[in-house]
Amino acid sequence: MNLLNISGSPHVHSDESTKKIMWRVNLALVPALIVATVFFGVNALLVSLISVVSCVLFQWLIEKYILKQKPTIWDGSAVVTGLLLAFNVPATAQMLWIVVIGALVAIGIGKMSFGGLGKNPFNPAIVGRIFLLISFPVQMTTWPVPGFTMSFDAATGATPLGAFKEGALPADVTLWDAFLGHIGGSMGEISAIAILIGAIYLLCRKIITWHIPVAFIGTAFVFSAILWLINPETYMDPVMTIFTGGIMLGACFMATDMVTSPMAKSGQLIFGFGCGLLTIIIRNWGAYPEGVSFAILIMNSVTPLLNCWCKPKRFAE
Amino acid sequence: MGGVHPEENKISNDAAIEVMPVGKQMVVLMNQHLGAPATPVVQKGDKVKVGQLIGEAQTFMCANVHSPVSGTVLKVDTCKDAFGLAKPAVYINVEGDEWMESIDRTPDIKRECTLEPKEIVAKLKEMGIVGLGGATFPAHIKYSIPEGKKAEYLIINAAECEPYLTSDYRVMMEHAEEVCIGVSILRKALGVPNAYIGIESNKPLAIAKMQETARQFEGIIIEPLKVKYPQGAEKQLINAVTGRRVGSGKLPIDSGCVVSNLGTAFAVYEAIQKNKPLIENILTVTGKELPSQHNYIVRIGTTYNEIIAHSIGQLPETTGKVISGGTMMGKAVVNLDAPTVKGNSSVLVIGEKEARRNPETNCIRCGKCASVCPMGLEPYMFSLLVKNNRIEEAKAHNILDCIECGCCFFSCPANKPLTDEIRLGKNKVRAMMAAKK
Repeated sequence: MNLLNISGSPHVHSDESTKKIMWRVNLALVPALIVATVFFGVNALLVSLISVVSCVLFQWLIEKYILKQKPTIWDGSAVVTGLLLAFNVPATAQMLWIVVIGALVAIGIGKMSFGGLGKNPFNPAIVGRIFLLISFPVQMTTWPVPGFTMSFDAATGATPLGAFKEGALPADVTLWDAFLGHIGGSMGEISAIAILIGAIYLLCRKIITWHIPVAFIGTAFVFSAILWLINPETYMDPVMTIFTGGIMLGACFMATDMVTSPMAKSGQLIFGFGCGLLTIIIRNWGAYPEGVSFAILIMNSVTPLLNCWCKPKRFAE
Repeated sequence: MGGVHPEENKISNDAAIEVMPVGKQMVVLMNQHLGAPATPVVQKGDKVKVGQLIGEAQTFMCANVHSPVSGTVLKVDTCKDAFGLAKPAVYINVEGDEWMESIDRTPDIKRECTLEPKEIVAKLKEMGIVGLGGATFPAHIKYSIPEGKKAEYLIINAAECEPYLTSDYRVMMEHAEEVCIGVSILRKALGVPNAYIGIESNKPLAIAKMQETARQFEGIIIEPLKVKYPQGAEKQLINAVTGRRVGSGKLPIDSGCVVSNLGTAFAVYEAIQKNKPLIENILTVTGKELPSQHNYIVRIGTTYNEIIAHSIGQLPETTGKVISGGTMMGKAVVNLDAPTVKGNSSVLVIGEKEARRNPETNCIRCGKCASVCPMGLEPYMFSLLVKNNRIEEAKAHNILDCIECGCCFFSCPANKPLTDEIRLGKNKVRAMMAAKK
């Protein structure tokens, strides 16, 4: 007979794994990818593909040749970063090479420099995105006009938020457009419904909880509603606010990143609240028309503090 | 709060309790309970009968040990227990099956108990009754309520929330009346108006059976409980039944509660009404890869190997682990030649594949461990603190409140051995506290 295994209890495992979680997140991003491809054409698919491949490749190279450890590319986390990075850039032809630089910064600096998955304080995709926004301001804000096109050089235009910052919301953009995704913007930001489908899947799979998205979107809604009620001329109406730009994508997929958000539910609520508040502040009074990335990045830096302050409710207290 | 839903795997539910024959030699450990070992009161060559006292409780935290067989004492020595630790033991060569005359072996059920509470407690001590839920806490100590404390609730734990285990279920199905008599006796010993028997609602037959039986008794209330591991953990059970929360570092009696296992209630019936000391276990022999599933009455001191040989012949080729207890809190058996002791509830065999742990990966800070912790603790943080030897901080964050239910490791997507690390941390905290004294 074989020797018996000895180990401490428990002797069973739920069979949950990081790999399963990451691939489920990737699956949840597919609806948004489909909508982006429909509205922005092949460019959307190509930018996503290049972004994902470069993220995975950079992670493999760094793990194998710099860190000299067993590559962990199959856990799917680099794919998540690649997809989220692609979703945060415009689907234009020039992005095809710029996104590679973004991938290097996201994986190299944003993730691997801290020790890889689980150790990074900031969301890698946001690190990559902000690096690109600062380094390539023109290319990063040249938005393709959504339409059913298969061409590589689509017409470009403004995002609703950009237009609003310049003066006023274009009259032809309706809330319905924003909900479906028929608006200008980064490829993953445009369709609220596609993102919500993915988010509902993640909620059902218990990969995310409602706390961060609800606190984030709720705060953004309430804060912008207050501003709008004070002066509807200057400030965007709250419903349009939450359906345009990156709030949906940010709240459901970026702010909920397990690694960079607080552990306790109370901490998550504060985290979401901070993200929502900062987003609206940056949108209205900052230099950029959109503030989701900065808001999440700033709140990422507060996460360790929130983990110290916000403890789960102890059984006996 | 917290909790998980492991696969229940109650595959031995329908196997009626069988009697396991007695082996040729029995090794009876003197340390079968929480506390100091009993002192052997027999010598080599002595003749003993079934139920005769062979180990006497001479210190406070101790319980009597009785001979499970009749025969001649071979030697008084030490023996390695199931986990490889040497314990003082009495070896007995089995000859026949001669019981002490005082033990009532008739199948009649005796309902009346005229003993006073103090006499009941004294008899629990005499009969060597210990808690059969796993901790083997001497019953006479539990039922001697300290000065200044008052028992208000008696709670009988029949949750059996551990996967695989079915011994309590079988006892409820086959001995409901005896259990209720045992519970009434314990209720009398404490002088509380009501006893609550908590059963997880995934055992509808047992609930129906117990409800029907309890109707003939005064002050026994059946409490169906939500199905959730660890519903049968002491503090969680008290909370579910009474709504009270036993504080950090406090005992159930501080909240006016006394909790005993269902198996204990049955043993109490036999001890008080039939004069039968605790010499038998009811245990489940189970496992997905076993050809058959069983529940047995086994004399204490029967070895794991004897149980396996009698029930299934031999272990399957694919055996990975043999566990005493359930998959969540049971202990992996090191030594199959070891004798069973009071409180053993199962011989659980799991396959090689299931027994192997998945490789550990980086913590992704998902917080799952904290959200499933029934005590509201933060296992991921203990893991880091213990690794970095920051024991003071681990203590400050209530590491000693951990009940080692295993929910954290069970749910960890990175396969971190959180429960192991916390156990280590708890030991370090205790060592630190002992050193300070």
